[in-house]
Amino acid sequence: VFVLVVGGGKVGYYLTRELLGSGHEVVLMEKDRARASQIADEVGSIVVAQDGCEGKYLGEAGCSRADIVAAVTGDDEDNLVICQMAKHHFDVPRTIARVNNPKNEGLFRHLGVDEIISPTRMILGSIEQDIPVHELLHLAALGESDLEIIEAQLNEGSPAVGKTAAELAIPDGCSLFAVVRENVATPLRSDTVLSVGDKVIAIGKADCDVQLRQALLGEVPA
Amino acid sequence: VRIVIVGCGRVGAVLAETLDRDGHDVVVVDLTTRAFDRLPDDFKGQAIRGDGTDEDVLRRVGAENADVLLALTEGDNRNVMAAQLALETLGIAKAMAKVNDPVRAAAYAELGVATICRTTLMVDALDGFLGLAPTGLPSVIPAVAPHHTPVTATGGEG
Repeated sequence: VFVLVVGGGKVGYYLTRELLGSGHEVVLMEKDRARASQIADEVGSIVVAQDGCEGKYLGEAGCSRADIVAAVTGDDEDNLVICQMAKHHFDVPRTIARVNNPKNEGLFRHLGVDEIISPTRMILGSIEQDIPVHELLHLAALGESDLEIIEAQLNEGSPAVGKTAAELAIPDGCSLFAVVRENVATPLRSDTVLSVGDKVIAIGKADCDVQLRQALLGEVPA
Repeated sequence: VRIVIVGCGRVGAVLAETLDRDGHDVVVVDLTTRAFDRLPDDFKGQAIRGDGTDEDVLRRVGAENADVLLALTEGDNRNVMAAQLALETLGIAKAMAKVNDPVRAAAYAELGVATICRTTLMVDALDGFLGLAPTGLPSVIPAVAPHHTPVTATGGEG
């Protein structure tokens, strides 16, 4: 497979190396001459020290016989133009673009870029997967004591939903004292029935964490 | 007419000034506030700092209700992207991108983005000054196809 890689930053450099390693034919375009020759010293004379956005140089780099063009510069607008030129001007069957602003994904797809890789989106996705861990937030430590103010967000499936505060198995050294419902905080009474979306504010020792998670979030201790 | 100008360089600024003077509703966007020094003191339009290739920024400056977007920054690709955002995402009826690479200028006109190419424009002007025949290359290229209809002429997958 002949792959034309545009952009000799970290991504382009490692991509080129990996592709060469798996026996593909690769040409890398990098407009910065110093960077281009630095890479060429290592991977050989497959580096074209020209701007891959410029139609003339894309042609000279063999774009019209490329099977895949991968646009991996740091600039979304450059990557878009590289892919569009490759696709519509040079008839490249498959174009891949790196996208930094997740908002641009839709536009790129709409304009015919075949594959869109968004590092921002990937990291975001990974962080969002972690969010359940943060259903229990340690808000503040109280003075020199080992007491903390803790906030727990009750989601669907929490064992506390539908129960009153008195019915919950709250660990020793811990007490629930307020509930935030639709952004309004009210003191939590023993007969307050908890519901989905409530944020329960507790005060307790830092080492109550595991039991509090079990009571409010239904997490099974690891 | 409501006009959004992306890029407040010499061309953008002079254009903004004349359009404003003619009574049009002008919004100028540039990455640096310094660029707005080029605008006259009595400029009545809006000058907003921001990235004209960012959809959120364009929406914030009210580009959705614009009749025309002119992308006149130093970067061909930024211009092409701003113009395509205007046509495709914001539903602006008319957009033109300054594209100084003649190959890209012609290619984008075929893709439905009107382009203006300073390179051929100036070469033709200089040829005229020297008494030579013009290159015959187009410098202001209207969109050939409506933007983003599948391009089949070149055999691309579209």
